[in-house]
Amino acid sequence: MLDVIVIGAGVSGCAVARELSRYDINVCVLEKCSDVCEGTSKANSAIVHAGFDAAEGSLMAKLNVEGNEMMDQLSKDLDIPFKRNGSMVVCVHKEELDGLKVLYERGVKNGVKGLKLLSKEEALELEPNLSDNVEGALLAPTGGIICPFELNIAMAENANVNGVEFRLNTEVEDIKKDADGIWHVRANNGEYKARYIVNAAGVYADKIHNMVSADKMHIIERRGDYCLLDKEVGSYVSHTIFPQPTKYGKGVLVTPTVHGNLLVGPTAIDIEKKEGNNTTQEGLDAVISKASENVKNLPMRNVITSFAGLRAHLERHEFVIEEVKDAPCFIDVAGIESPGLSASPAIGKMVGDMLKEKMGLKEKAGWISTRKGVKSTEGLSIEEMNALIKENPAYGNIICRCEMVTEGEILDAIHRPLGARTLDGVKRRTRAGMGRCQAGFCSPRTMEILHRELDLPYEKITKSGGKSNIVIERTKGEESEA
Amino acid sequence: MEKRELTCIGCPMGCQLTVTMDGGEVTEVTGNTCQKGDIYARKEVVNPTRIVTSTIRITGGDKERISVKTASDIPKDKIFDVMKDIDAAVVAAPAHIGDVLVKNVAGTGVDVIATRNVEIA
Amino acid sequence: MKTYDIVIVGGGPAGLAAAVAAKEAGNDSILILERDHELGGILNQCIHNGFGLHTFKEELTGPEYAYRFIKQVLDLGIEYKLNTMVMDIAADKTVTAMNREDGMFQIPAKAVILAMGCRERPRGALNIPGYRPAGIFSAGTAQRLVNIEGYMPGREVVILGSGDIGLIMARRMTLEGAKVKVVAELMPYSGGLKRNIVQCLDDYKIPLKLSHTVVDIEGKEHVTAVTIAEVGPDRKPIPGTEERYTCDTLLLSCGLIPENELSRSAGVKMSPVTSGPIVNESLETNIPGVFACGNVLHVHDLVDYVSEEAKRAGQNAVKYINSGCKEGSNEEVIEIVATEGARYTVPSTIDLGRMDDLLTVRFRVGDVYKNSFVSVYFDDERVFHNQKRIMAPGEMEQIILRKSQLEEHDGLKKITVKIEKE
Repeated sequence: MLDVIVIGAGVSGCAVARELSRYDINVCVLEKCSDVCEGTSKANSAIVHAGFDAAEGSLMAKLNVEGNEMMDQLSKDLDIPFKRNGSMVVCVHKEELDGLKVLYERGVKNGVKGLKLLSKEEALELEPNLSDNVEGALLAPTGGIICPFELNIAMAENANVNGVEFRLNTEVEDIKKDADGIWHVRANNGEYKARYIVNAAGVYADKIHNMVSADKMHIIERRGDYCLLDKEVGSYVSHTIFPQPTKYGKGVLVTPTVHGNLLVGPTAIDIEKKEGNNTTQEGLDAVISKASENVKNLPMRNVITSFAGLRAHLERHEFVIEEVKDAPCFIDVAGIESPGLSASPAIGKMVGDMLKEKMGLKEKAGWISTRKGVKSTEGLSIEEMNALIKENPAYGNIICRCEMVTEGEILDAIHRPLGARTLDGVKRRTRAGMGRCQAGFCSPRTMEILHRELDLPYEKITKSGGKSNIVIERTKGEESEA
Repeated sequence: MEKRELTCIGCPMGCQLTVTMDGGEVTEVTGNTCQKGDIYARKEVVNPTRIVTSTIRITGGDKERISVKTASDIPKDKIFDVMKDIDAAVVAAPAHIGDVLVKNVAGTGVDVIATRNVEIA
Repeated sequence: MKTYDIVIVGGGPAGLAAAVAAKEAGNDSILILERDHELGGILNQCIHNGFGLHTFKEELTGPEYAYRFIKQVLDLGIEYKLNTMVMDIAADKTVTAMNREDGMFQIPAKAVILAMGCRERPRGALNIPGYRPAGIFSAGTAQRLVNIEGYMPGREVVILGSGDIGLIMARRMTLEGAKVKVVAELMPYSGGLKRNIVQCLDDYKIPLKLSHTVVDIEGKEHVTAVTIAEVGPDRKPIPGTEERYTCDTLLLSCGLIPENELSRSAGVKMSPVTSGPIVNESLETNIPGVFACGNVLHVHDLVDYVSEEAKRAGQNAVKYINSGCKEGSNEEVIEIVATEGARYTVPSTIDLGRMDDLLTVRFRVGDVYKNSFVSVYFDDERVFHNQKRIMAPGEMEQIILRKSQLEEHDGLKKITVKIEKE
């Protein structure tokens, strides 16, 4: 029997799992997809928000600011790229200038450091590509950019190394409590028993919650469409440029990514469909038109891909992180929409502390606090590269020519804890296929490596698990191996 | 009298050709704007032929497929018969450009030949 | 690492022809760097025939055409490295490359020939809405999977884009047993050759829908259906014209983009029209001694033209080295301007002092023109006016300039190429 089951291997679930891995207990994460970071955590703005936007006194505001403060140390510990590029909220209508002051004051009350109101001139000096209509801006130097995949994956790997078990392709179908107070979780591949459950199921958190509680929860899937632009224009802006927020959220932003692309989005469309992460023409058009209100002449011909993510929105627009009243020992981590990524380290800590107290947990000896990422060859000198290639010639073989990812990095991604099993898994761990040709050239080569290393027949190699196989059969009616 | 409609492949004009036939004989070609169209139409309606290109399974080589073509045109209506023979064929490495891999494919009298080299792995 | 006079980046048709020409022009210090595991480039997967009519006066398949040049490279003893990625080209022509055996190495070259080819426009760049499941391929990726690896991406196929690769793949997939349901083309005309439309689509009764585009992709994990719709003159979908096709594969053949990331970081100036380097009569970029040819310079529709262009680049690189790496002659530079229907020209400047007796200037038109004239002006004087029955964006046009003609025209500063109705 397990001590804790965490449902969902997104950034919240993995942050919780990592915190729980400090203690001497058996923890298992159940994830319905074939990899960690497959839901809301994989498709968002990749921003570490400063924390001026969330309502004063809210849990959202508190965890946002705390998570933001934890990010420097965490990114070092987990070896993931993080940059405090600063956020800027831009006002383009004179009559709305007061709104910036409101944000400023709220930010100060939320404990956000270094906030500054900028004049038009000051704003344009920092960001020359802002719209000519800019009237003023709010600068938040603590705002940052991060790779959401790497944050999520790194926390999962670290948890795994510290003893947390991950069951992928495991979809929870029902949850019951027996007379002894033990949870029985029925999944597609068997039953799991535990004393505690943490529900971090993202847009499915309501479905999971409603399996155990009479007090029904309803998550609204709020879709956001994005466009990702080529690195060629990655420095079109250097700060994260926000419009002034509305009731639908923080609005369409324009931001560099931590890997040097330019990201534009998201829209905010309530769809009430858990798997509805398809982009629409209207959505993509709206991204462009709204972003153009704040940043001029956006180089949209450099778009390399577009995508949509779903926010797990609750009507009350607040994180729900608490034990369910009519289901003791069942803890919801629900409604984790923006700033959920920013808050994730603090969410993990909060749940960890809750369970530590409730379960009387003791820290175990030998907990490993750090993790080394996939060794990136980016920016290495010739001497460093040659040392690496001498040790392992696979580092001399470029597989993804857009992002210059070597075979060595892909092998690392496959053979590490919770290693990549799919093309998307390789992509999110190494960036192979993330570049301007969008895997056109490297996918056959990455497939060859997955085939060789995992002894996977080509027909079983998928983009991201399930039925997402890339090829269906051999030509010439040839029977495939195994 | 029978009429056939064709698109000329001679140039980007893509003239819409009308071919009038009488008892298998072409009596008139219209719609063409140059001589190319006339020649193309007369051949295409009486005896349309194509080169077929594909791949064949190869064993023991540094590749698992070898690219091939029919050594010359085959009748258009034999394309899928030719493909059947090509799909069924398995050859052993090495093979080189021009090597005959399938003789007299689908009874057309035409051989299928290799269009690349595959060496022994 | 050894040093070389000429480093050629890319061992496809352009790089091979440039290498052979440079060797034949007398240079013995040439190195080809190829990122794939064999020479020949994209031709190795283009197993259909139709290559080489101009060069060899016979119809070859892609691999056969490539091998004609590979054999020359081998016979001439030209050095090459496979599985080798060029990481950087510095403005001083130091080429940094990497492979498993040699590690990362630098070669200070006297001349560099850019021959990296092009890549396909991905789905993202087309901004097609819908899900992002497996089963969406650029046509070239599918071509590699089918022809080289021997795997089928799917059984029921929709193709967006009627460029030649899309058309060729429609036939290939059909011959391998798949059902190609429709080819949709955004433009009111196809970018592919008429021959390919007839022999790849009509032969197999595959419908071609002009002025159509994909407006939705269904399928969470794998493509299950694609919806196409007619577009108006503004190329925006017309509501009510949607047609849904169940399928498991969507192939995209929507244009090629020269791969100039290395050129750009070297400081090579680019044409916004071709996305390739701006070159002079010697196919030399703004960096003296850096030449470009083939699809990295501008996307070609005939490989024969690539070979011919690359030959000139190879010869000119040798001339440059033999001249002691001299920058241009002392002659005034004549500018070539493309306007009124002509989208660009390659080259875009002429140094009369270095011009050969004959110079081929290639260009593309921006629309379909019937019974129109290609006109060439020397400054304000029209010197060439030739009627063509048809010109289309998919087919490269060319004019040939004679050096003596340019010399006769005193103080010539600007040559203009345009399309005129009469």
